Amino acid sequence: MLKVNDINVYYGAIHAIKGISFEVNEGEIVTLIGANGAGKTTILHTISGLMKAKTGEISFLNQKIDSIEAHKLLEMGIAHVPEGRRVFAQMTVQENLEMGAFTRKDKKEIEESFESIFAKFPRLKERRKQLAGTLSGGEQQMLAIGRALMSKPKLLLMDEPSMGLAPILVQEIFNIIKEINASGTTVLLVEQNANMALSIAHRAYVLETGKIVLSGNAKDLLGNENVKKAYLG
Amino acid sequence: MEGIIKFLQQLINGIHVGSIYALIALGYTMVYGIVQLINFAHGDIIMMGAFIAFISITVLKLPIILVILISVIFCMISGILIEKIAYKPLRNSPRISALITAIGVSLFLENLFMLIFTPNPKPFPNVLKVYQINIGNLQISNLTIITIVVSVILMIGLDFFVKHTKTGKAMRAVSEDQGAAQLMGINVNTTISVTFAIGSALGAIGGILYSIAYPVIDPFMGIMPGLKAFIAAVLGGIGIIPGAMLGGFIMGIAESFTKGYISSQLADAVVFGILILVLSIKPSGIFGKNIKEKV
Repeated sequence: MLKVNDINVYYGAIHAIKGISFEVNEGEIVTLIGANGAGKTTILHTISGLMKAKTGEISFLNQKIDSIEAHKLLEMGIAHVPEGRRVFAQMTVQENLEMGAFTRKDKKEIEESFESIFAKFPRLKERRKQLAGTLSGGEQQMLAIGRALMSKPKLLLMDEPSMGLAPILVQEIFNIIKEINASGTTVLLVEQNANMALSIAHRAYVLETGKIVLSGNAKDLLGNENVKKAYLG
Repeated sequence: MEGIIKFLQQLINGIHVGSIYALIALGYTMVYGIVQLINFAHGDIIMMGAFIAFISITVLKLPIILVILISVIFCMISGILIEKIAYKPLRNSPRISALITAIGVSLFLENLFMLIFTPNPKPFPNVLKVYQINIGNLQISNLTIITIVVSVILMIGLDFFVKHTKTGKAMRAVSEDQGAAQLMGINVNTTISVTFAIGSALGAIGGILYSIAYPVIDPFMGIMPGLKAFIAAVLGGIGIIPGAMLGGFIMGIAESFTKGYISSQLADAVVFGILILVLSIKPSGIFGKNIKEKV
């Protein structure tokens, strides 16, 4: 579904991503794990067009997407839950979700999406008139996920959804990711919490300073001695 | 009794000029909200609006509605072009570069219009038969009423647009977080253009209303009202729409009271003094707030 082929990304003179290739198949949860600064977020930003790769190719559903503008990718079916949630703090929960459906036209279908997201996150329904900035961290993460789902994506990119959340909320968020995947959305998950990520993913790639050093089935990696030592403590 | 009349008279005059400042201030604050740039060329949009109206009336002899329409459209296009040509290439540069560019654009427009129209002041034609309406001992001109009504309608319209329409919500989303807005499928460039267009349209109308109230126009006429409207925007909290409206009225009323009770010459000093006072007490402006982000 998503194919990333030998991309190189630079921040000015810094070579952040060094020839990375990987793919995500339809229906999978694929996770990119690695320490802070390994380049995980950069990869997601490059896929969703916020950054450009200097060389290499990215294709989605057999279509080249590396030169497509960020705001057009959503219509093709790629939604992105950014790191740090980045909800619109001065807008209400309802308005944040409306922004998620910005590219959609059919009012009735949008209404249905609202219903299904409120069913998934009843807390958001209670707080729909509240400003997003007043929500707790966990609620903001739910809003960020709900907002991305409002576009009915085929592929959901998730950047550190567990960051800064209490363990009980982390569990809840990961259950939600599993549910989202079970209902037909492919997920590319970037995580520092390797243990949790590997426990729900089908396949995984391990990143180290801009390179993929290991890849395979999530279960195998969970048992891999090197991975255990480096990431699972 | 006479004291009250004088007070009310000054108040009404203040609201009259204040509503013009508020219209102009909206352009500053909306642009700042979305691209964090003080658009110093906004004062010259006012001037261009007045000059285009002047030509439409004197040369083309068009009816007033068409005059306003042409002036508004001209300013909207100018606003969009200024952003595309001068500011967009600098969007990722240090803010000071864009600020200096804005001053450059302002000087360019002033000198361009000086070249075309000469620096000599021109009388703005009477498009409105101004007469006074007496309410008891109070005199209100029809121009004052029209100015206030037009401004208030435009402000209510803008408020509705920003709060309830899809494009208005997109504007708010872009002003909060451009990257996240792009991830929602919002076209940031289009949204910024729309913002400049709306700000310039309000500026054009402000310019026409200003020229009817003070019927002499010249290529540098935008500087003072532009500066005062800018202060109004800062006073209310730059980037915050209701702040610009309130700031505009405060500026107008303060100016009018100073003229009425102290001295005309001190009016500008008092107005700038208020800015210093407010900023030393609340640097983010009246409605300015510092929301801490949750991490």
